[in-house]
Amino acid sequence: MDDPKSGAEKPGAEKPGAEKPGAEQGAADAGAPPERNHIWARREFTSLAASGAILGCLGVAGGAIVRQLFPRVLFEPATAFKAGYPNEYIVGEVSEKWMKTQRVWIVRNESEIYALLGICTHLGCTPRWLGAEGKFKCPCHGSGYYIDGVNFEGPTPRPLERVRIALADDGQILVDTSVRFRHELGQWSDPQSFLRSADV
Amino acid sequence: MAESTAKKKQPLLAGLTDNYVWRSIFRHGYADTPRNRVLQVAANVWLHLHPSKIRRHGVRFKFTWCAGGLTFLLYLVTVVTGVVLMFYYRPTAEYAYWDVKYLDFDVPFGMLMRNMHRWAAHGMVIYIWVHMLRVFMTGSYKPPREFNWVVGVVLLTLTLLLSFTGYLLPWDQLAIWAVTVGTNMARATPLLGNEGPLGPELGATARYDARSLLTGGTLVGAPTLLRFYVLHCIVLPIAASILMILHFWRVRKDGGISGPL
Repeated sequence: MDDPKSGAEKPGAEKPGAEKPGAEQGAADAGAPPERNHIWARREFTSLAASGAILGCLGVAGGAIVRQLFPRVLFEPATAFKAGYPNEYIVGEVSEKWMKTQRVWIVRNESEIYALLGICTHLGCTPRWLGAEGKFKCPCHGSGYYIDGVNFEGPTPRPLERVRIALADDGQILVDTSVRFRHELGQWSDPQSFLRSADV
Repeated sequence: MAESTAKKKQPLLAGLTDNYVWRSIFRHGYADTPRNRVLQVAANVWLHLHPSKIRRHGVRFKFTWCAGGLTFLLYLVTVVTGVVLMFYYRPTAEYAYWDVKYLDFDVPFGMLMRNMHRWAAHGMVIYIWVHMLRVFMTGSYKPPREFNWVVGVVLLTLTLLLSFTGYLLPWDQLAIWAVTVGTNMARATPLLGNEGPLGPELGATARYDARSLLTGGTLVGAPTLLRFYVLHCIVLPIAASILMILHFWRVRKDGGISGPL
């Protein structure tokens, strides 16, 4: 405030909206103009600081609210379960034993055992295993899949997903639905996506 | 003065109005003059949102089909019946389905309230489209009303979201699977969905993405029901109400109902 008033007006002098246009000119006499030799006048700085503080608080609060909507713990069913011994599954059949509780079919054929996730890859409904027709069929929009999970009819764009299957230490089959393998990404060749009959 | 005229016109009401208590409450009479009519609208916090006067063609049914007003009326019906339903409905997975059954089969007028809520909601969605068609066909989206069209489109979106969130609350098989299908679409959100463009690259997973924000987990479960309830009863109605106030006020500020074609 006590800096001498310089003759050259800064180009930004007209910016502060709160000042009347005549204020700068009459200031030489009145003696209390906002100082223009700094980047910001005190009033502008205060205004910006206040706005920044408010926006900052809102931003932090908003971030906290968004983060708060993603809980650390989900009270959802465990994704891993033991599915009994391999010899409980018959070659050539689709086992619906775990469908109701775990949403998984366990299929055994001549060469391998694999676990198919019972979630239609179209929009997430639960398909049905139609044994007589040898296919999985979704009741929502009619997507159909062969016994190996590959889609062949209806609106779905891709095969059913397979989930991690392994042998536990006690010889039981261990299935984990949180680890998924997608055929179209070449993941069905992953050794965790099936059990070889030779190994069980 | 106005009291004396009222007394002449309706002697039966004179005893009601011509006494100390009445005058202590209302202080003076109401002169039905054009100026006072304007003042009544302009001085009332709710009515002032409306134009105090309207062009003659604007009251013709075939110009507006009353579509916007009917949409708002149906919204008010859903608000009133919805509040009544809230007295019985508990938004938890354990109770929700049975509370709806209780409302339908035991609570007096429960089924009426529920059906009024439902059909008013359907009607609101239908009438908002009719209103949009009317506004489009009469060219009322053109300047200076273009911003109000944008507000209206947001209101349309909020109305559809209100319908969608309300869909889950009966907590039956239809509700759960419809919302499963509906929220699965959020997986395809660009940047924020775990199956959307650039989503996985930016770290979106089934556990942390736009869909799990809606469902409160990786599947449609108890947290989803509570979230949809809060959205349905608190967040979306407040947002819609604020925008409706803006919407109606802008009709007045933009020059009232648009001119004849």
